[in-house]
Amino acid sequence: MNAPAYNFAYLDEQTKRMIRRAILKAIAIPGYQVPFASREMPMPYGWGTGGVQVTAAILGPQDVLKVIDQGSDDTTNAISIRKFFAKTAGVATTTATDEATVIQTRHRIPETALHANQVLVYQVPIPEPLRFLEPRETETRRMHALAEYGLMHVKLYEDIARFGHIATAYAYPVKVNARYVMDPSPTPKFDNPKMDNCPALQLFGAGREKRIYAIPPYTQVVSLDFEDHPFEPYRFNAPCALCGAENSYLDEIVTDDKGGRMFVCSDTDYCEGRQAAGHHGSLSAAPYKEKAGSHG
Amino acid sequence: MVDLDTSDNDQPLLVAESLSKSFGRIAACRDVSFSLYPGEVLAIVGESGSGKSTLLQMLSGQLAPSAGHVSYRMRDGVTRDLATLGEAERRFLFRTDWGFVHQDPAQGLRMAVSAGANVGERLMAVGWNHYGRIRDTASDWLTRVEIDTARIDDAPRTYSGGMRQRLQIARNLVTEPRLVFMDEPTGGLDVSVQARLLDLLRSLVAELNLAVIIVTHDLAVARLLSHRVMVMKGGRVIETGLTDQVLDDPREPYTQLLVSSILPP
Repeated sequence: MNAPAYNFAYLDEQTKRMIRRAILKAIAIPGYQVPFASREMPMPYGWGTGGVQVTAAILGPQDVLKVIDQGSDDTTNAISIRKFFAKTAGVATTTATDEATVIQTRHRIPETALHANQVLVYQVPIPEPLRFLEPRETETRRMHALAEYGLMHVKLYEDIARFGHIATAYAYPVKVNARYVMDPSPTPKFDNPKMDNCPALQLFGAGREKRIYAIPPYTQVVSLDFEDHPFEPYRFNAPCALCGAENSYLDEIVTDDKGGRMFVCSDTDYCEGRQAAGHHGSLSAAPYKEKAGSHG
Repeated sequence: MVDLDTSDNDQPLLVAESLSKSFGRIAACRDVSFSLYPGEVLAIVGESGSGKSTLLQMLSGQLAPSAGHVSYRMRDGVTRDLATLGEAERRFLFRTDWGFVHQDPAQGLRMAVSAGANVGERLMAVGWNHYGRIRDTASDWLTRVEIDTARIDDAPRTYSGGMRQRLQIARNLVTEPRLVFMDEPTGGLDVSVQARLLDLLRSLVAELNLAVIIVTHDLAVARLLSHRVMVMKGGRVIETGLTDQVLDDPREPYTQLLVSSILPP
């Protein structure tokens, strides 16, 4: 271990046991939000304190950790959390989805299909899917307990009444194991189908709200919808400009102040893997030339 | 079929047996008993603090009585004590077979979501899953309560007081309940709007064969809507009978005082 001042993976063993108990309970009741005694972490709320605590509790010395933020391995949040665990736990880190055993994520599910023996840890800002419809926490808990989810459809109804289609594009509510309605954290709804019947264990940690919930492997996850307005994943209608992928989730990147833009995979590991395998997109050959051109 | 209907109507829908409620030393409601039959409108009148609202809360299962029972004949024909219902059953009853019209529409409506969703919420809560059908039903109900269907996507916070109250009624009636509780439904509305609302309520009640328990301090409302009247004072029912009988020929001194304190038109 590089930093002997800290216990393995930062948290003390009693705290980790407490979090593991919450995780076990969450796995036993898929989609149910288990309260836990969330700790202060050396990072601000909103930066993944819930996800970090879950990761710290499940991490072992043999684990290989990958951290992504909006699909990317090289943004500030992802790098700092990866370094945090490299320092406090001394675990191996990777950017390759296939090699990782624990993947902590903010706002995306990797494009590469997950396999058994992997754990996906989500950072969750607001775990309560009914929060903005019913402000009373006592009432939402009762609604979960009695499976009264008519209100969730009120939100979808409002979307259709206002926009003509279900305009909720992220944090799209799902029903887990035909029982609990769950907020999948702010992942794009494009990722919702990946949660269904997933071989990997999915854990959700909300640090500020002090809640942990889970989807065990091979659990049914259904996106809520109406019969006449079925759930549809959304994707920009373009191939990735770097690797040409037609089926990955895309980020829109503004390239100049004249309306220029490019669409690239939000999952950087997936995109780089495809490029290494010889796939090309419309802009992949000449990144430097374009830069010179757009500024000239 | 007709025989079955009449035998159904012969049995009380809701029975209250010596209901009492005390808050510490204060007895808010003492020994109230009555039966309500399908399609019957019962007005509970009395001045502020006479125990009307406490009684209404006990009848609608929102407040546990200190003594006594409320039983209700469910849709399957079985009469059950409300106290023995589980919370899930009680809440289900509340949003399907019952309605509750609050005095303040903001309590009974979701002010931030559209009128259509307000009406549709109960339908979605019982498993309706077809947007088109929910919307058609909602707009049908808006028409029935005389709200312009062009306003279906507006939130009730943009509605006038009278419209909000009519929307609240539509929201409650959409699941075709058999019993509706109303707590001063015309309070806070000006007289012409009150008159329209009462007119609407009267026709809906007759059309849907609704049983209604309406709490009011306005004797004119009781006279217009109800078949029977219960007069309360100090937590007790002091006089009960047919509406015209009680209001035109009051027996108790207090009732006489109530009736005589209405200004002549």
